[in-house]
Amino acid sequence: MISPRYHREVPQRYRLEAGKCKQCGNISFPPRLVCPKCKSKTFETVKLSREGKILTFTIIRVGPDKFSKETPYVVAIIELNDGVRLTAQVADCDVDKVAIGDKVKMVFRKIQDEGKSGLHCYGYKAVLV
Amino acid sequence: MSNEMRSRSAGRDVAVIGVGMTKFGELWKKSMRDIFVEASLKAIENSGVDHIDSMYVGTMSGGLFVGQEHIGAVMADYLGVAPVPATRVESACASGGAAFRQAYLEVASGQSEIVLAGGVEKMTDGADVTDALATAADQEYEVYNGITFPGLYAMIARAHMHQYKTTREQLAHVAVKNHKNGSMNPNAQFRSPVTLEQVMKATMVADPLRLLDCSPVSDGGAAVIVCSVDYAKTLKRPYVKVAASAQASDTIALHSRESLTALKCVSIAAEKAYKQSGLKPSDINFAEVHDCFTIAEIVVTEDLGFFEKGKGGAGAENGSTSIGGKIPINTSGGLKSKGHPVGATGVAQIIECYEQLTGSAGEHQVKNAKYGLTQNMGGSGASCVIHILEAV
Amino acid sequence: MIGIVGYGSYLPRYRIKVDLIAKQWGADPEAIKRGLMLYEKTVPGQDEDTITISVEAARYALQRARIDPQKIGAVYIGSESHPYAVKPSATILIDALGIGPHVHVASYEFACKAGTEAMYVAYSLVKAGEMEYALGIGADTSQGAPGDALEYSASAGGAAYIMGKENVIAEILFTNSYTSDTPDFWRREHEYYPRHAGRFTGEPAYFKHVYNAGKTLLEKSGMQPKDFQFAVFHMPNGKFPQEAGKKLGFTKEQMEVGWISPWMGNTYSGSSPTGLAAILDVAKPGDKIFMVSFGSGAGSDGFIYKVTNEIDKVRDLAPKLKDMLDNDKIYLDYGQYAKFRKKIILNE
Repeated sequence: MISPRYHREVPQRYRLEAGKCKQCGNISFPPRLVCPKCKSKTFETVKLSREGKILTFTIIRVGPDKFSKETPYVVAIIELNDGVRLTAQVADCDVDKVAIGDKVKMVFRKIQDEGKSGLHCYGYKAVLV
Repeated sequence: MSNEMRSRSAGRDVAVIGVGMTKFGELWKKSMRDIFVEASLKAIENSGVDHIDSMYVGTMSGGLFVGQEHIGAVMADYLGVAPVPATRVESACASGGAAFRQAYLEVASGQSEIVLAGGVEKMTDGADVTDALATAADQEYEVYNGITFPGLYAMIARAHMHQYKTTREQLAHVAVKNHKNGSMNPNAQFRSPVTLEQVMKATMVADPLRLLDCSPVSDGGAAVIVCSVDYAKTLKRPYVKVAASAQASDTIALHSRESLTALKCVSIAAEKAYKQSGLKPSDINFAEVHDCFTIAEIVVTEDLGFFEKGKGGAGAENGSTSIGGKIPINTSGGLKSKGHPVGATGVAQIIECYEQLTGSAGEHQVKNAKYGLTQNMGGSGASCVIHILEAV
Repeated sequence: MIGIVGYGSYLPRYRIKVDLIAKQWGADPEAIKRGLMLYEKTVPGQDEDTITISVEAARYALQRARIDPQKIGAVYIGSESHPYAVKPSATILIDALGIGPHVHVASYEFACKAGTEAMYVAYSLVKAGEMEYALGIGADTSQGAPGDALEYSASAGGAAYIMGKENVIAEILFTNSYTSDTPDFWRREHEYYPRHAGRFTGEPAYFKHVYNAGKTLLEKSGMQPKDFQFAVFHMPNGKFPQEAGKKLGFTKEQMEVGWISPWMGNTYSGSSPTGLAAILDVAKPGDKIFMVSFGSGAGSDGFIYKVTNEIDKVRDLAPKLKDMLDNDKIYLDYGQYAKFRKKIILNE
């Protein structure tokens, strides 16, 4: 992960910061310049709820290089309590016991490493509650 | 989101007058340039034209796969047609369809008379294919967190199975059918049929999708020659007419979509295409759809209006989408069996339509085919290009 | 009154039983368990490290302290497994928790007592009037060499302490440190595993420093062991802290709650800090706590705490250590453990 590209996403990956449209209230995660709902361009920064539920998921058994030593692992689309959806791994779970509708909370974990000497890259994962 | 969908025609009537493709598969001895030129030369020869005015090349990533960009210039050079304008078109896995659409628009507008629309991908030169393909998804918010392409479609599959009770067997039926069709296609990467049991027992890739639910990694090229219908008539060769050309986009990330079980870019592009052509789904005699994964074919056939929402699985299971069925899907073998050299796929779909509609599809011919539809899609459904072709 | 205003602890869910490690290397599991008084230990997930553990523990500390993170003037993490050799772990933590940027940050290292160092300095800055609040954390994902005695105990976990002057839940009455150059355990730059001097780590190292630091602390305070409700010491295994405590005059009952190493292992810089957290999870107003850490090399930091009425308000605001220790455990076999702890040579 090249430093500037990684550094830019830190508020989102570490603190779940999002952009709430001042006009219609729609929350964009990550923040963006144009509201996808009402096309307005003014936003305020908000922090997303750290609790939610699983809408759908898969168990990755053949992973990309960076994650190949962690298979099998679960990736899910999670809907947080404020209605925002995101894609995240579900950590520390029995992969065969995850189900649509399971409640989760978001935690801070290391997501990947940039090889042996590059950056440690952190972010959010979900755990079942 | 308000969108007035205009179904205005782009101009004059456009025809496809010649097609050519390479075999799809692991083409170790052929470079990206070799592949594209081989397909293009075949198309030019089959069309009977002695020159082209312009060309479009659909390819997802010359850069990531072989370190080459500026693909338009490279291919014009190697095809020997420089100084005609040559442009590379990219829309992930819909690059080929998008290239064809650009060619169509250039002819329809009257800007050019004869345009070559080709697609090519060289995926076996040692690049990290998974990483390269993942650039079609949201790099920072999907791929960063460990998702793969099979994973994205697996999540769609699980949601579809949860909501509509689509079964694992129904997914497998898509693979069985497509391999059966591919066995009759001399250009297909995989020419042997597979059984339902083989599909159900294949290695698990991303639950619930298994190895045989996934399209392969392939090299290949495909090209077609596009011109006005008026010009086509002067050539006295078989041609088909483009009855509709439509395109739509959707959010890049799957988690931002309105629905996890419907592909909006497909239904929007389809609606535009049906309006343009004045046709209904029931008028379509066969379709080449983007079965990058078996679940994709099921969802797409629903969003194209061939089946009620949720009934796409049954459609595959009960033979509706087989040759001889109500709406044969992927008579070429689809991406699953024919192969999926990413940029070439969309153009190969046009080629299958041309062959069906000119009665030259050999063993996999659909009888009395009048209208064929191609549906080419990028990423997990962030872009879609649809064409309807008509027999004359 | 200056002391702890918020505390939090975190243990990973993974465990490995000492039996499996013993069997792997041909040792007698019963003898190991008897000799070390260790039964199982915590193992960090592949996506966990000192930083992620610190973030979760500090998040819980903030929940209990109920303060604006921006008011924290310093953040120190003490560990012997900082993910970077050069780049402080706490810079990532402050971004994760919305602390700073007007904050002082540093990484501490002193084998197993880096955590209490962080706590001591955080406390001292508040005491000196430099800032309103300071955060000191002890966390580790320590490594034990395969087949070595330390492999039975090296584990993962951490605890975070926010020091302040308002709504103090445990006042710090006395502190003192005792340090000398004692080469009992060390790790050279670029080496993957630490090395130790066998039985020399006992009497001349652990016991000498814990005992002297403890004795001086008692003298300083004018208090006697019987004045305390709880005592917690650095726990390299199950046996040592019991012996040290006994030598200083504490009873098994006083040490009971903080004595978590038999099921947690030795979380190195997180050891006595997590023991302290287990105590705060059940301590009552007025209770006095005696704590002495130990870090090889060697040194000990001692603290005397007095719990206030405020503890009742905050104890339940975040997860408790015993719950994390006892519940929702995921057991690994040795192969999984070796994979998680990166003891397998990969083709990179």
